[in-house]
Amino acid sequence: MSTVDAGDETELEREVLDPEQEHDWVHDEDEAHHPSDKKYIQIAIILAVITAFEVAASYVDLGPIFIPALLGMMVAKFLIVVGFFMHLRFDNKIFTWLFYTGLILAVGVYVVALLTFQFFNS
Amino acid sequence: MSDVVKDPESDAVDVVDPAGEVAADRGAHAGDHHGGHDDHGHHTSLGLSNVKLAMWLFLGSECLLFGGLISTYMLYRNRHSDEVGPDQLWDIPFTSASSFVLLMSSLTMVLAVSAINRRDERNCRLWLTVTATLGGLFLAGQVYEFTTFYREGLGYTDSLFSSSFYTLTGFHGAHVAIGIIMLLSTVGMLAKGRITGDKGETVEMVGLYWHFVDVVWILIFTLVYLIPA
Repeated sequence: MSTVDAGDETELEREVLDPEQEHDWVHDEDEAHHPSDKKYIQIAIILAVITAFEVAASYVDLGPIFIPALLGMMVAKFLIVVGFFMHLRFDNKIFTWLFYTGLILAVGVYVVALLTFQFFNS
Repeated sequence: MSDVVKDPESDAVDVVDPAGEVAADRGAHAGDHHGGHDDHGHHTSLGLSNVKLAMWLFLGSECLLFGGLISTYMLYRNRHSDEVGPDQLWDIPFTSASSFVLLMSSLTMVLAVSAINRRDERNCRLWLTVTATLGGLFLAGQVYEFTTFYREGLGYTDSLFSSSFYTLTGFHGAHVAIGIIMLLSTVGMLAKGRITGDKGETVEMVGLYWHFVDVVWILIFTLVYLIPA
């Protein structure tokens, strides 16, 4: 049964009766959780600088730290994009769990697979 | 007095007190806000958006797909002839420029999401178009690279190295192509007002997919191109 006294609707009731109307745009208070455009540009510059260091590292002889340095920079870029651009730092932790579960599962499975092929010995 | 009594099956409002306060509904909305950005779209019992939950689950499963492809490449990257291998083929400056283009497309994508959150639909469409253009530029670079490699004698079935390399980068390229279609579709749908639900969430979901494509390339660029075999 559905009975509505339309003449005396409060704002809250109108929201309930037409959920799409309210959810058409993101709530203003949510925007405060995300970085500003200026911050996004700063993050992009940091990513570009790390990429430049990666490329430069492949041209100079860094000796035994070459591969760890490249892997470190790769992981840093990965975490920055996922954390800031994909908003994982600001969103509910369940999303973080979902994504990193898949990622850790993938890394675990394939490291074991590579170990069985003696990839790291060669 | 205001009476709002909804059908029990519709699970929206079922209690209205005489003072006109919709107690049950107010409680539900108060709960909606605890998750910060997660309070739009269709909700699960967790108070999260179903669409966003599904997208993150999908991206988690994509990690397994690309993990398999990257591992296969790592395993077979030395299985090539002496004449046609990474040392002879890789053009690091060119691939670095391609990587930079894709990285900057992530910036324009996040600016599109930021614009739609400010209800600035015009700038959102602009940034989405720029993102699609940068994606197209990256894809053109990949086609050029594949063509060059093929002309230099690296066919798809010539070696385990070539098969695993083309499969990995080809799969990534296909994801970029799908992303461009999603971006342009979103631009068209926004322009024609075809998005009836939460526009912010729709653009954000396309953004999540696009950033994931960028994240995968960050891994490929380092593991395939920069670390020598």
